[in-house]
Amino acid sequence: MTGDGGGDGSRAAVATAPPLVELHGVTRTYANGTRALADVDLEIRRGEFLTIVGPSGCGKSTLLNLVAGLAQPSAGRIRWQAAGGARPHIGFVFQSPTLMPWARLSTNVRLPLDLAGVPRAAADAAVADALARVKLAGFARHLPRELSGGMQMRASIARALVTAPDLLLMDEPFGALDEFTRQRLDAELLSLWLAQRFTVVFVTHSIHEAVFLSTRVAVMAARPGRILDAWDIAQPYPRDDAFRVSTAFAAQAQRLSARVADAGAGALPDE
Amino acid sequence: MSDAAILRGRWLRVLAPVLVAIVMLAAWQALVTVNQVPAYLVPSPLRVLHTLYADRALLFASLAVTLGVALSALVLAVVAGVAIALVFAQSRWIEMSLFPYAILLQVTPIVAIAPLIIIWVHDTRAALVLCAVVVAIFPIISNTTLGLRSVDRGLANLFRLSQATRWQTLWRLRVPSALPYFFGGLRIASGLALIGAVVAEFVAGTGGESAGLAYQILLAGIQLNIPRLFAALVLIAGAGVAMFAATVGLSRLALARWHESELPRDE
Repeated sequence: MTGDGGGDGSRAAVATAPPLVELHGVTRTYANGTRALADVDLEIRRGEFLTIVGPSGCGKSTLLNLVAGLAQPSAGRIRWQAAGGARPHIGFVFQSPTLMPWARLSTNVRLPLDLAGVPRAAADAAVADALARVKLAGFARHLPRELSGGMQMRASIARALVTAPDLLLMDEPFGALDEFTRQRLDAELLSLWLAQRFTVVFVTHSIHEAVFLSTRVAVMAARPGRILDAWDIAQPYPRDDAFRVSTAFAAQAQRLSARVADAGAGALPDE
Repeated sequence: MSDAAILRGRWLRVLAPVLVAIVMLAAWQALVTVNQVPAYLVPSPLRVLHTLYADRALLFASLAVTLGVALSALVLAVVAGVAIALVFAQSRWIEMSLFPYAILLQVTPIVAIAPLIIIWVHDTRAALVLCAVVVAIFPIISNTTLGLRSVDRGLANLFRLSQATRWQTLWRLRVPSALPYFFGGLRIASGLALIGAVVAEFVAGTGGESAGLAYQILLAGIQLNIPRLFAALVLIAGAGVAMFAATVGLSRLALARWHESELPRDE
């Protein structure tokens, strides 16, 4: 089982979906001459769950920042396919929860709406809805420090989803959590994605997480950062714990770790 | 730790310094009494206490003057210092151009500037307050500027991603982030404001109606009224401790819910 081709999953249509954004020859060079990204071509398809895997320092985070508009490419183009080529609504989930420690959970989640000037009543309704979706309905009045790491991360996801974004960028969001919490949050994230059909670009170090979540994986290599390979994982959703122990899962995990190993090995001579 | 142990620890924190004070004062009293040291050299603690009571009208009127100068100076230093820090935080260029002068103000001894200020400013009280402001303002400026810059990178990115205005970023992100730093500066400034007030009074040497504690010390020294000198010293020290405690309380009120520095240690 290679996982290439059409597949039979409920999300198989994603493979042929129109692109949301296309990166053409995107390069990002730092002031000291280091090339964080070199000539990256990547297409992010509408509604897909794309996971980017690669060794540390391969420019995964830089790629997300460029897509988010937090940084500008030194060369190349990022072309949005939405109306007028404008950047759509983007939600960003960082490596750490990055909640405001002085503000209650409801205020934290409401922040993007407050900054956009959404009227309070509408914003409060959206916040209550977002907190309920990440199973934090009873914690609106809590301060971040009163919650566990996993709960803080869920609040961070609620904040990213409260604006109903078209695109959700996630930069190793569960990397600091223990394995059990991570698996539970992976499953919760998948059910949110299945229910709402936003597009996700997810960066991770974990092979298993990548295979479990994604409709498609992309492997990056370091120095300079570039996309080595990308392919579809055409397994049906919803995916559950049974999928984690299936032969299809094992085969994909093996293929992915082999390519990531290539990426790590290829990195050295390039330096 | 058990609850009893925590309680014992809390009591010890209060009890231990009080015990030290009692032992020291008793030893002082005993040494002075046994050796029959005259009061114009070293007065006994009881004698100081007695003077504090006997001269209470004079001393507490002076305390009110000095405390008034120090508190006005602290309030002015906070208002002006925060305003200057907000300007500094707007751009690196402004900060780079002006910060050296803030340092210059800090390193020049107040005793050297005070005579000039007292000559230039006709109203004595205003001159005293100004001297104390000059001494107290620096920690407010430098700490608040640092705090306004010490914003979590992720949160800053989030604000940029949400296209927050400069004003929104300042008010909703930078000001709350700066609060712990500001209160750190305020604690230092509270002590400095009092020192500034006392030093300025020494230089000005104002007597009469507006005589502060420094003037009482000066006068008592000349008259060899050493018990009164000690009594005035006790009042200045007490005032300093009270101002410090007030800023600590204020800081706790503002930060207790969320900042590491004010969270209960036992948690």
